Amino acid sequence: MNDMTKLTAKDFATDQEVRWCPGCGDYAVLKAVQRTLPEIGARPENTVFVSGIGCSSRFPYYMETYGFHTIHGRAPAVATGVKLANPQLDVWIITGDGDALSIGGNHTLHVLRRNLDCQILLFNNEIYGLTKGQYSPTSREGTRSPSTPFGSVDRPANACAFALGSGARFVARGIDVHKNLPDVLKAAHAHRGAAFVEIYQNCVVYNDDVFASFTDKARAPTAQLWLRHGEPLLFAGGTRGLALDVGTLGLKVAEVAEGDWQAAGVLRHDVRNRTLAHLLAEMPFGDFPMALGTLYDDPAPTFDSALLEQNAAVAAGKKPDLQALVSRGQSWMVEKQPRVE
Amino acid sequence: MATAVHLLTPEEAGAHPTPESIVVRFAGDSGDGMQLTGGQFTLATALAGNDLATFPDFPAEIRAPQGTTFGVSAFQINFGSTDIETAGDAPDVLIAMNPAALKVNVSDLKPGGLVIVDSGEFNARALAKAGYDGNPLEDDALARWQVLSFNISQLTLESVKPFGLGNKEALRCKNMWTLGLALWMFDRDRGAIVDWLRAKFAKMPELAEANIAALNAGHAYGETAELAGPIKQHSIAAAPAEPGLYRTVTGAEAISIGLVAGAQLASLPMFFGGYPITPASAILHHLARYKEYGVITFQAEDEIAAIASAIGASFAGSLGVTSSSGPGIALKGEAMGLAIMTELPLVIINSQRGGPSTGLPTKTEQSDLYQAVYGRNGDAPMPVLAARSPADAFDCAIEAVRIATQYMTPVMLLTDGYIANAAEPWRVPDMAGYQPFPARFRAEPAGEDGVRPYDRDRNLALDWIKPGTPGLMHRIGGIEKRDGTGNLDYSPDNHQHMTNVRRDKVLGVAAGTPEQEVTLGERGAKLAVVGWGSTFGPIHQAVRRARRRGLDVAHVHVRHIWPLPRNLGDLLRSFDSIVVPEMNTGQFKTLLRDQYLVDAKPLTKVSGQPFKIAEIEAAIAEALAGHPGGNLAADDTQLPGKDSDYDDGRRAEALSPQSR
Ligand code: SF4
Repeated sequence: MNDMTKLTAKDFATDQEVRWCPGCGDYAVLKAVQRTLPEIGARPENTVFVSGIGCSSRFPYYMETYGFHTIHGRAPAVATGVKLANPQLDVWIITGDGDALSIGGNHTLHVLRRNLDCQILLFNNEIYGLTKGQYSPTSREGTRSPSTPFGSVDRPANACAFALGSGARFVARGIDVHKNLPDVLKAAHAHRGAAFVEIYQNCVVYNDDVFASFTDKARAPTAQLWLRHGEPLLFAGGTRGLALDVGTLGLKVAEVAEGDWQAAGVLRHDVRNRTLAHLLAEMPFGDFPMALGTLYDDPAPTFDSALLEQNAAVAAGKKPDLQALVSRGQSWMVEKQPRVE
Repeated sequence: MATAVHLLTPEEAGAHPTPESIVVRFAGDSGDGMQLTGGQFTLATALAGNDLATFPDFPAEIRAPQGTTFGVSAFQINFGSTDIETAGDAPDVLIAMNPAALKVNVSDLKPGGLVIVDSGEFNARALAKAGYDGNPLEDDALARWQVLSFNISQLTLESVKPFGLGNKEALRCKNMWTLGLALWMFDRDRGAIVDWLRAKFAKMPELAEANIAALNAGHAYGETAELAGPIKQHSIAAAPAEPGLYRTVTGAEAISIGLVAGAQLASLPMFFGGYPITPASAILHHLARYKEYGVITFQAEDEIAAIASAIGASFAGSLGVTSSSGPGIALKGEAMGLAIMTELPLVIINSQRGGPSTGLPTKTEQSDLYQAVYGRNGDAPMPVLAARSPADAFDCAIEAVRIATQYMTPVMLLTDGYIANAAEPWRVPDMAGYQPFPARFRAEPAGEDGVRPYDRDRNLALDWIKPGTPGLMHRIGGIEKRDGTGNLDYSPDNHQHMTNVRRDKVLGVAAGTPEQEVTLGERGAKLAVVGWGSTFGPIHQAVRRARRRGLDVAHVHVRHIWPLPRNLGDLLRSFDSIVVPEMNTGQFKTLLRDQYLVDAKPLTKVSGQPFKIAEIEAAIAEALAGHPGGNLAADDTQLPGKDSDYDDGRRAEALSPQSR
């Protein structure tokens, strides 16, 4: 293959039989990724998918790229080694809510804090699918599952708020079957640094329709707010918007009369505004719509480039010389025979 | 040789030849700079051409309460004009900077040995803190030894007066004063230490000069003071040594440069993932400096990330390396299984310490052998090597890299706290004498039936395929794969086959490693003392002494712990009996019994201290005397003097209340 070859989604599909349950949201995400890669000019040989353990972590087997299906929760750590060893590689981390926020929470925190140049796709289905349906760290209070037959009592983690709190410089949300998912993936890929994408993914077997309250076609217009940089934060066909509540330093829903959003005090989205990103990530759904698309995108120097630049600077002008290495420090010569007294 | 004789009185000096070796222990509060003092004395001794071995022994706490017995830090050096392989059994000279240091260490001193103390520190408060009822300098508590007490604190203050330091800073120079005296006693040159002080305090020249003044004052004190009796200048001749360039090296440094050398011989960049842990961190510190050798060091968020990142780097075509001590190695276990399953090269270093759990972080032990050989879920075989000394660690590191890259497997290299910290002279190797073993990467495009990442060579090793290589895209992972194609395959016959292949690949490593030699003595001797790791020194010396006494005993020291050398079974069966000394409850003994059905008997010690030569000598004598049953397993009587076997001071106190 040379650079002029035009690749298609098919070129990124393997011959392996896909083994997710029929109707699983993972299929839609797989298709979206396979469609997106040719459009962003990805080369299969330079692309690496690294995953942990869980239903979604089977993902690499279906991508005709390099892939590493690792161990539970550790994909960010493996990916860090891959990227530092070869920064030319385009590294994608595939993980789930249990993998990234429970057993691997520490690695998710640190890969974001360090800002490794990679894309992190967190498939959030609010359940442990592969182990047959236990509640997960993102399950809502009261979730009934084999391990919580009377309903879970602990409060769920908010993936995007966790990412922002960890210092992420790119945070976005998408929905498995939504047509906007490729755009979200493209934005994540265009960001240099760790790009964190939470994808609401429907588990038809153990948690069917858990996101229906905002993914349902009928409810989407009032329940979804798609964010666009520089555009007003409007939803419900432009009849409502998000405004600043000065009293609580939070957001409030404002009614927009006759399209005059400015009069209603509706804010414009600014992907570089970290405070706004926090407010959007933490908006309680129900009183507010679900914020989707790019919540935050403000690049900073990446870990890999900073580390490798420092290494290059320190090494500059020095020659690797094994004989010099073993001879370091204070040494002495023993001539033929030692002195004997 | 470590049979140090005590320092001579003037009368004796005329009658006896100069001692072959001397053991000196510096002991003080952990804030007194004893490790530094010992380190510099080591340097001066190495430069004088003596062979030497050291044993740094310090508390786990960074700053234990001042003046207490559990805050005592000690540094022992054994040096001499013959081969030195241990840090010595009992000191000939003890330098104690305060009452606590005296209390903890003096019972180890040879009868008739010399104690030098700073009388300025022996006030009522310090004595009480150390748990002394009276002042041992004034009663007969030290009658068994020669005591030299003078006010080192006061003498130091006077020597640095011209530099206008505060009282606290001025007293910090005490260790240099003491070092100066020690250098005089053994006729060592001060030049290298003066250079070192000037470099260390380059930004604070007055501190450098004050320390140099203290050093010179201590030296001058020895030279000019009219000291009666025990103190006398000694000259230890240079040890006979192979001609060549020498330097001192600690195990941690030898491993670090060995890894760099191994990576260069394999033509690979190296990626080191580490997480701070005692006593393994020194390897991370050393490697963090070698950027020009293509070394990337990554301080990960935890032990698991440290090994996982190294595995990622190996996948991407670097030599992945990780290092830790027992507790961290336990955390890495699952990831080791991943490296075994994906058949990626990886070097894992375990600087063992006392366990289980947090155990004794700063004390040495060899109790992770089971963990290294067996300690993973599933049938998860991995080659295991063990270094026997700081210098040997260099070659072991290279060997670990060779096996990892030639057989596409993780390899574990065992050292321990003693090897990591101890220093010994090392003849600088000629790197041109090392045979390169360049790693091979598959590059030719896939044929008709696809990429086939699990095709094997004659070593049963997979080809290494780097991401970034066009046309060879493939997926690896921890799930069982079909040989050849690498497709997921859970079928029973495939799992049986793959388990066998992983086992056979690792066992096959033995075909490419040298046969086991008898380290000292002859095949077929009445008794073999079989060791591994850092017990080398005491075993070797004990066997040498026993052979001089005419006993039919041999020393066999094993580097390749798994797979074992291919001739080891035959060799072991040639001996009438076998004793295995190790610093655990008998782990290698069990391995040998299991593999060869030989009646290997344990000699064990888990006190956090290395074996003494005398302990092994006694075991040899006992074994050859036909001890019924021959079971030399650890019991209290076999361990060296309980109350001298310093652990944290509290223990010594508890065991010998009569010393209060
Ligand atoms: S269990 Fe749920 S998440 Fe897993 S494959 Fe089936 S539908 Fe998808």
